[in-house]
Amino acid sequence: MKRTASRQLQYVLTTALAWSLALLIFFPILWMMLTAFKTESQAYQLSLFFTPTLESFHEVFSRSDYMSFAANSIAISGGVTVLSLLVAIPAAYSMAFFPTSKTQKILLWMMSTKMMPSVGVLLPVYLLWKSIGLLDTVSGLIIIYTLINLPIAVWMTYTYFCEVPKEILEASRIDGASTWQEVCYLLLPMSLPGLASTALLLLILSWNEAFWSINLTSANAAPLTVFIASYSSPEGLFWAKLSAASLLAVAPIMVLGWLTQKQLVRGLTFGAVK
Amino acid sequence: MTRLTARHAGRLATACTLALAALSAQAATTLTIAALNNPDMVELKKLSPAFEKQNPDIKLNWVVLEENVLRQRVTTDIATNSGKFDVMMIGTYEAPLWAKKGWLNPMDNLAPEYDLNDVVKTARDGLSYGGKLYALPFYVESSMTFYRKDLFAKLGLTMPEKPTYTQIADYAKVLKEKGGVYGICLRGKAGWGENMAYLTTLVNANGGRWFDENWKATIDSPEWKKSVNFYVDLLKKYGPPGASTNGFNENLTLFASGKCGMWIDATVAAGMLFNPKESQVADKVGFAQAPTGVTAKGSSWLWSWALAVPKSSKQDDAAKKFVQWATSKDYIKLVAKDLGWTSVPPGTRISTYNQPDYIVAAPFAKFVLNAIQSANPNDATLKKAPYSGIQFVGIPEFQSFGTVVGQAISGALAGNMTVDAALKAAQATANRAVIQGGYQK
Repeated sequence: MKRTASRQLQYVLTTALAWSLALLIFFPILWMMLTAFKTESQAYQLSLFFTPTLESFHEVFSRSDYMSFAANSIAISGGVTVLSLLVAIPAAYSMAFFPTSKTQKILLWMMSTKMMPSVGVLLPVYLLWKSIGLLDTVSGLIIIYTLINLPIAVWMTYTYFCEVPKEILEASRIDGASTWQEVCYLLLPMSLPGLASTALLLLILSWNEAFWSINLTSANAAPLTVFIASYSSPEGLFWAKLSAASLLAVAPIMVLGWLTQKQLVRGLTFGAVK
Repeated sequence: MTRLTARHAGRLATACTLALAALSAQAATTLTIAALNNPDMVELKKLSPAFEKQNPDIKLNWVVLEENVLRQRVTTDIATNSGKFDVMMIGTYEAPLWAKKGWLNPMDNLAPEYDLNDVVKTARDGLSYGGKLYALPFYVESSMTFYRKDLFAKLGLTMPEKPTYTQIADYAKVLKEKGGVYGICLRGKAGWGENMAYLTTLVNANGGRWFDENWKATIDSPEWKKSVNFYVDLLKKYGPPGASTNGFNENLTLFASGKCGMWIDATVAAGMLFNPKESQVADKVGFAQAPTGVTAKGSSWLWSWALAVPKSSKQDDAAKKFVQWATSKDYIKLVAKDLGWTSVPPGTRISTYNQPDYIVAAPFAKFVLNAIQSANPNDATLKKAPYSGIQFVGIPEFQSFGTVVGQAISGALAGNMTVDAALKAAQATANRAVIQGGYQK
């Protein structure tokens, strides 16, 4: 009896801890949501009680063309996801099933490209993009984001592929399946949860990337991150408008993340316990 | 198979026609404008369809960004000669430096009706290099003192038209002790355009300067020590808590919500403080010139946001046309019609200040014009200085070392180090920067 009581207490405590941690992590987003519905002068007061208004949203919609920024964001993140997977799947396939003595080193070396701050290569990339005419184009951004996210995509797919029993693939080969058939009919369906979470992660990462999108675009290919950046101001009040713009920008990806959270968690913990 | 090909060919033809149609619709010139996000620019963007209507062959594309992002973005573009922007919004700091590098088109051969002589001379001087004008001012600001008229009357204080820093310190004490507000609010957030803009005017007023004639840093001089000690002391005793993180916006909110007795900052704040929608003290704001010390020289700053056309633009004629429209007398009238005279871009044209409607709507107008006209970026210090600029040092290295010095002083204000230690570090930083830059022989 005593044991169950203490166990119950433990359960209540862990639940409370989990909830408060979740709230703590979510708090900035919650605060942004609240601020979006305040007026500019209310936004500077730390009060939770106010009459909500859509003023900032009106202002944001009348000032900039949300849809064209959103369309660019969708095109870019969709393009990045497809292109990255197209490159990552063959790469991970060869490394997972036909490893050589250098495979581990190659994997580590790929990660090393993520160890340098982006601003370090801003000027070379800018000049390169300028000379091949990729500045301020959607394809220019897709290429740079793909290059940035490829190490993560390859690492993740590689990990998932390693979980697939080699014997099944070998059996299909004995049955006369070509490499193409082997990958399409066996490997991909078997590692689908992992691939889906890789795709989702790529989508989220490229949706939220701000450094390159601000620096490599001007008017034509600017995605939602640039849209947010235009609402901060050194002179004049801007918190409410900035929050409204941010909410509009993150809403689609938040909804997507929420709808697919099961898939995402399953994919991320896939193979965690053997 | 053949049917498929035929259908493909049909689609291809349609696509080609559409592409051609799109191309011919694009035959008009498209100007890409890099602009800062502030209320005046937002208004310009809103009214710009009027320009497109007058010039049907020109289409405008806007890129609106926050100040620091804008600066980084346009600098990358212009330094690599990329030509992604046809019109850029730049400040008094960049214009002469970029003109010197040959990055900007000179603003010559302007239309006669533009009336260049109507543009305030100090603003033009700040945007010129080698006697040539390189950008047209869109709005100009200086700094001044804002105070609470009601509290001053209640406490029996009178703010003179030209206060001194000694008086300001006295008032701050009374306001804090008997007025129930913070005596004074000042910028504390680190940055060359934040706390250092204000502090440099304070140092100027106390007879100091950043460098002597031989480009030796003078931050360890008695003038700097006096100024920074005064500033830290004043804010610690009578200022708001956490002053070291307050910039323009934070102070604006404090003053507009009735928590500050006095505030010394950009004249552009006047329009915001007098606007009852944004300010709870709209009917209680008084104003005076920026305080002076041993001298009035350089005690109020001069800054303008101006429109320039980079050399890399391929449509420089159309771009120049737009810049002239956006800074013209007619544009100012257009804003007055749309938003009222209080909100017209201030400080650019004498004719604005001859408008009776403006003087009535904006009681601060005369002060602003005075402050702007008396600010001379080429003679801003009591002892001679080798640089131009009032609240900044007009060399490219300043952005970097100005911010480092700002961080040291912000640290002293937060109590992380002593004023002496901060000044010692600042002196070393500034000296190192000019030695590396080859200024100091």
